[in-house]
Amino acid sequence: MRDVAIVAFAQTEHTASDSGQSEPELILPVIEEVKERTGLRRFGFTCSGSCDYLAGAPFSFVSALDALGAWPPISESHVEMDGAWALYEAWVRLQHGDVDTALVYGFGKSSLGDLRSIMTLQLDPYYLAPLGLDQVSFAALQAAAVRADRAELDAIVRRSRAAGRDNPYALDLPDELTDAVAPSRASDVAPSRASDVVPSRASDVVPSRASDVVPSRASDVVPSRASDVVPSRVSDIEPLRASDVAPITDGAAAVVLAAGDAVAELCARPAYIRGIAHRIEPHYLGMRDLARSASAADAARAAGVGKGPVEVAELHTQFAHEEIILRRALELPADTVVNPSGGPLAANPVMAAGLIRIGAAAARIHDGTASRTVGHAAGGPCLQHNLVTVLEG
Amino acid sequence: METSEPLVARHVLEFPGGYTRTTGPVIGRFLTELRAGRIVGVRTAEGRVLVPPLEYDPATGDPVTDEYVEVGPAGTVTASAWVQEPRPEHPLDRPFAWALIRLDGADTTLVHAVDAGDPKALRPGARVWPVWRERREGGITDIACFRPEVTMIVSPVRPEYRIQAGGALRTFLEGVRRGVFLGGRCATCAKVYVPFRASCPECGTRIAEQVELPDTGTITTFAINNLPDPRAPEVPFVSAYILLDGADIPMIALVGGVPAHEVRQGMRVRAEWVPESERTLSMANVRWFTPTGEEDAELS
Repeated sequence: MRDVAIVAFAQTEHTASDSGQSEPELILPVIEEVKERTGLRRFGFTCSGSCDYLAGAPFSFVSALDALGAWPPISESHVEMDGAWALYEAWVRLQHGDVDTALVYGFGKSSLGDLRSIMTLQLDPYYLAPLGLDQVSFAALQAAAVRADRAELDAIVRRSRAAGRDNPYALDLPDELTDAVAPSRASDVAPSRASDVVPSRASDVVPSRASDVVPSRASDVVPSRASDVVPSRVSDIEPLRASDVAPITDGAAAVVLAAGDAVAELCARPAYIRGIAHRIEPHYLGMRDLARSASAADAARAAGVGKGPVEVAELHTQFAHEEIILRRALELPADTVVNPSGGPLAANPVMAAGLIRIGAAAARIHDGTASRTVGHAAGGPCLQHNLVTVLEG
Repeated sequence: METSEPLVARHVLEFPGGYTRTTGPVIGRFLTELRAGRIVGVRTAEGRVLVPPLEYDPATGDPVTDEYVEVGPAGTVTASAWVQEPRPEHPLDRPFAWALIRLDGADTTLVHAVDAGDPKALRPGARVWPVWRERREGGITDIACFRPEVTMIVSPVRPEYRIQAGGALRTFLEGVRRGVFLGGRCATCAKVYVPFRASCPECGTRIAEQVELPDTGTITTFAINNLPDPRAPEVPFVSAYILLDGADIPMIALVGGVPAHEVRQGMRVRAEWVPESERTLSMANVRWFTPTGEEDAELS
């Protein structure tokens, strides 16, 4: 196996609401940052992770390539998954031995639509999606299966939010757990009649000067103040409470992988990937024991989590109870610090949040504050698919 | 003119009419059976019954057998989540539970909605039955929802009677029509009973002597009632035992004109009569007893 290391990591200062940036505008700063950090302008391979349903536009990841400078043509791939799986693909690509560097990025704006029902679209179309089973609903079923203690869940959320307040890239969420952290639905701030809907987005909105705005109908473009987009309460689905749910977040992240001699040239303290594996379980919720994550446990064993101490584990926990399940599955020792970045409960840019876990785990090695860390990413309903990385200095 | 206001537009992603999807033989069989009002699972090579059926055994990856097994229709809840505020896309428009349901005869659980009425009605282990949609199309929502097993029924009881007040009761009510409480004194025991009655409950002697009692008295005990009653004006209302001055046993009546929490034993009260023109042969002539404002009486 060829040694591959994470040599650079950058992330946006994530936002709880739409700042109006296009996706290329969102990712450009993090691409620039890792280019600057490594001095690289071109990469042997490029891979990204995103989800078209977040933007509601087919092939939205293609337009995001504008941020890269893809001419002359680059070797590029994309996964319709969290950027963590783009990192996995890039790691596999570097195993081929013919290229030594790879750029990986993930991005997502979950503020644009209703994430709960967008996540219904990932469910099987025969048995689950027709029920209208939304993201918080299926997570609540898993929380019920875990029978987690309320005080333990609240402690996880408070600890995550406190860590997030210390993390300049995460959101500032209050210690008080009654506050909701989801923005209102798009339909709350936009015209509600079907006839107001126009087929093409690009033509509707935001040319460079305001005087260029010529909407096809006056109602197409609706000026609004930031205060119009107020957080609306996420209703509890017992046993889940609104505070157990990761906040709606927009953001992006980028990682540079290197192999061979390039590693030492690009980074003073590289974070070597000593193990990386992903495993998946049956999709249908009733075919699994939701109280456990067999796939996370398998991935952790395959990645070799237990072969040494784990100082820091960054876990992709989009719901508080998932931390309880993942701690057990990864068999993390009691002294492992979980999600010192705040984790997704403090900032959850969907499709980047898993990659950020790996990046944050690598950053602890880059800055010399840890020598062995674990990054975890999850996909699918109720932790269906899990990826585990072990990083060492 | 430059503007700093955000420019926001609505954008809807829709596939008009929806995608068409082939079901394959296994899911198709399940959905066809659902349309016919039956729930089937498929048997795996290892003998487990998957519900809903899949084409491959998730545990081994082997193709399943072609043996379909009717399961349920009832099942047992293994976990549930309570939705207090349903969303438009949810199967029910009132609070309901999502549940994992192990149908009788199945080795896996089915995800569906349970119209349980109350989150407490759906502990793990609760038994539920499907509610079938009248018009079925061959989809998972042909089962409209599940409902908890029947463990209780409601038995209405409402016979009607015609009651005639003759004898002592009529004598008493005639007094009430005049605005007077009539009691009777036992010649043997010397006790005064109100309402008037034909015989002494203590010694059995026939009571001959009528006594007109005042409409003032003392509360000996009382109850605050939180269930509505057609005879009471509002909830909560207070019913009390009132010992009329000169009587030896208390009479039950409503207490009003005072907050329920201020009513106390020993409180002095007076009957509040309806106007003379409205009086009938009925206790309704007394609206209620209301505090006189006098000092509380000592109760022996």
